Amino acid sequence: MAGPIIRASGLSKTYRISEKQPGLAGTIQHLLRRRHRDVLAVDGISFTIEPGEIVGFLGPNGAGKTTTLKMLTGLIHPSGGELEVAGHQPFRRQARFLRQITLVMGNRQQLIWDLPALDSLRVNAAVYGIAEAEAQRRIGQLAEMLELGQELRRPMRKLSLGQRMKAELLAALLHEPAVLFLDEPTLGLDVNAQARVRDFLADYNRRTGATVLLTSHYMGDITALCPRVLLIHQGQLFHDGSLADLTQRLAPCRQVRLELADLHPPEAFAGFGQLEAHQGHLVRLLVPRAQLAQQVAALLERFAVVDLEVSDPPVEELIGGLFRQRDSNSEASQ
Amino acid sequence: MSWAWRVARALLGSQYALMLEYRAEIALWALSGVLPLIMLGVWSGSGAAAAAGLSPQQLSHYFLAAFVVRQFTVVWLIQVFEDDALQGRLSPFLLQPLSPLWRYLAAHFSEQASRIPFVAVMLLVVGLAAPGLLWLPSAGALLLGILAILAAFLLRFLLQVLVTTLCFWSERAAALDRLLMIPYLFLSGIVAPLDTFPPGVRRLALATPFPWMVDFPARLLAGEPLNVALGFGAIAAWCLLLLPIGHWLWRAGLRRYSAMGA
Repeated sequence: MAGPIIRASGLSKTYRISEKQPGLAGTIQHLLRRRHRDVLAVDGISFTIEPGEIVGFLGPNGAGKTTTLKMLTGLIHPSGGELEVAGHQPFRRQARFLRQITLVMGNRQQLIWDLPALDSLRVNAAVYGIAEAEAQRRIGQLAEMLELGQELRRPMRKLSLGQRMKAELLAALLHEPAVLFLDEPTLGLDVNAQARVRDFLADYNRRTGATVLLTSHYMGDITALCPRVLLIHQGQLFHDGSLADLTQRLAPCRQVRLELADLHPPEAFAGFGQLEAHQGHLVRLLVPRAQLAQQVAALLERFAVVDLEVSDPPVEELIGGLFRQRDSNSEASQ
Repeated sequence: MSWAWRVARALLGSQYALMLEYRAEIALWALSGVLPLIMLGVWSGSGAAAAAGLSPQQLSHYFLAAFVVRQFTVVWLIQVFEDDALQGRLSPFLLQPLSPLWRYLAAHFSEQASRIPFVAVMLLVVGLAAPGLLWLPSAGALLLGILAILAAFLLRFLLQVLVTTLCFWSERAAALDRLLMIPYLFLSGIVAPLDTFPPGVRRLALATPFPWMVDFPARLLAGEPLNVALGFGAIAAWCLLLLPIGHWLWRAGLRRYSAMGA
C-alpha cells in the first residue's frame, strides 16, 4: 500500500458524562435533574504512520491514549476530524477492515477463560476464514516464536499471567493483521515475561512488516521497540518523533554520575552543575549540554574520580516532570 | 465447506465444551425451571381446569409439555451481554468480522444441548413418581413440537436482542428484561393454559408474542388439535417485525458504544 497506513487529521472525541454530588441530596438531585459535562478526551490530534513502523504512544493516565486507540480500531466513533486506517474508515467496521487489524489489551482477554486456548483459536480461524491446515501452520509458528507448547491445551484459567498474555497475542495475530494496536501488552508481567513479549513483537514486526502502535507505562517497552513516539497529554499531541529528540527537547542538560575516591561536602560541587543526588562517594549532577565537555574535564581535574558515566536523565522522569509542570500551569491559568 | 457452516461448527463446538464445564450450574438451572410442574400441582388440586373444559390428562400433558418448552426456550442474552459490555469483554468480539450476537446464539444452543440429559432425568423422575403422567407423543406431534420450540426460542431470543441493544443507552438494561418477565409469565401460558383465560384476556394475549413462546409449542407437543399454520405464521410475523427493529437498534447502539471497561 502506498502512503501512510494510518492517517489521523484533527481527530477528536468528546464524551458526555453525568456528574453526581456525594450524599443523599446529591443522589436526589442526580435523579431529578441530571447534570452533564462534556469532556474532551482527544483534542484534534493529527499524525500519520507508515506501513511497518513501530510507534510508541505515550502519555499519563487519562491523556487520551486508549480513546485514540479505540477510534483507530473502530470501537468508538470520533466526534470530529478525519481518520483512515488501512484504507478504511474504522468506525464503519467493514469486515475487510477488521481482517486487517487487531487490538490487544493487557487488561482484557478474548480467549475463553475456562477452555484451552486451542478451542478459541479454532473459532478465530473459522471466523477469519483461515483454512484448517494453514491455521495449524500459523499456530505452530507463532507458538514457537512465543515459546508456547502444552500451555495451549490447558484451560486459560490454569495459565500464568505471562502465558495468558502470550496466548492472547497468538490469538490476536492468527489472522496476520497488517496493523497491531497494543494497549499495555506487558501490564502486570514480570521482567522476564516483559522481555520475552518485547522480543516477540520486534521479531514479528521484522518477519511480517506489520505496523505496530503500542501504548505502555513501561518505558522499557518503548525504548526497546519504538524508534518513534507520539506523546499525548490532555488530549493533545505534544511530541511526534524519536525518543532521543524528545529527551533533547525535554532535557537541556545531561546527567553526570560520579563515584569518587574521597568524601566531599555538597558545596564542593557548586559551579559544576545542578547537584541532583549526593550520597557518600556517589554524586549525580545535571550539566547543561553546551558545557558538558568543559565541566567533565574540570570534574576530573578537581576530584579523584573512580568511575564516571554521562547519560540522559531517565525519560520517564522527564515526561513526568513535563506533565506536572503543564498541569500546574493549566491549573494556575484557570 | 462454506464459511458460515465452519463458523457455526466451531462456535457450537467450543460453546458446548464450555457448557460442559458448567454442567453442575446447568443442572441447577434446569431444576429451577420447574414452575410448570408446580403449576400442574396447583391446577390439579382445583376444579378450575375442569370448569374451563380441560380433562386432568389434558392438563398434565399441557404442563409437562410446557416444562419441556420452557427448558429449551430459556434466553439469558441480556445478562451475559450486559456483563460483557460493562467488563470490557465485548470489545474484542466487536473487532472480529462476525457479529457477537452469533456467539451468544451459539452459546444458547449449546446450553440447551447440555440440558438434554438433565431434562430427561427430571422427566424420568416424574414418570417414576406418577407413571400415568407421561405419554409418548406421535412422531408428527414430536416433530412439529420440536420445530415450534426452535421457532419459539428464536422469537424469544429476538425479543431479548431488542432489550439487549438498550444496554448501549443504559448500563442496566437487564432491569427492563425483568419487567418483561411479568407479561411473559402470565401471557405465555406458563402459569395457566390460554384456554383457561377469560375471552377478553385471551384475545389480548394472542395479540402479543408471548403465547407463541410457550402455549403454542406446548399444545403442539401435547398433541392438542390447533391451527399449526396460524401458530408458525404468528411466530414468523413477529420475527419479521423484530428483526429489522433489532438490526436498526444494534447499529444505532454501536454508534453510541463507548467501549467502557476496555
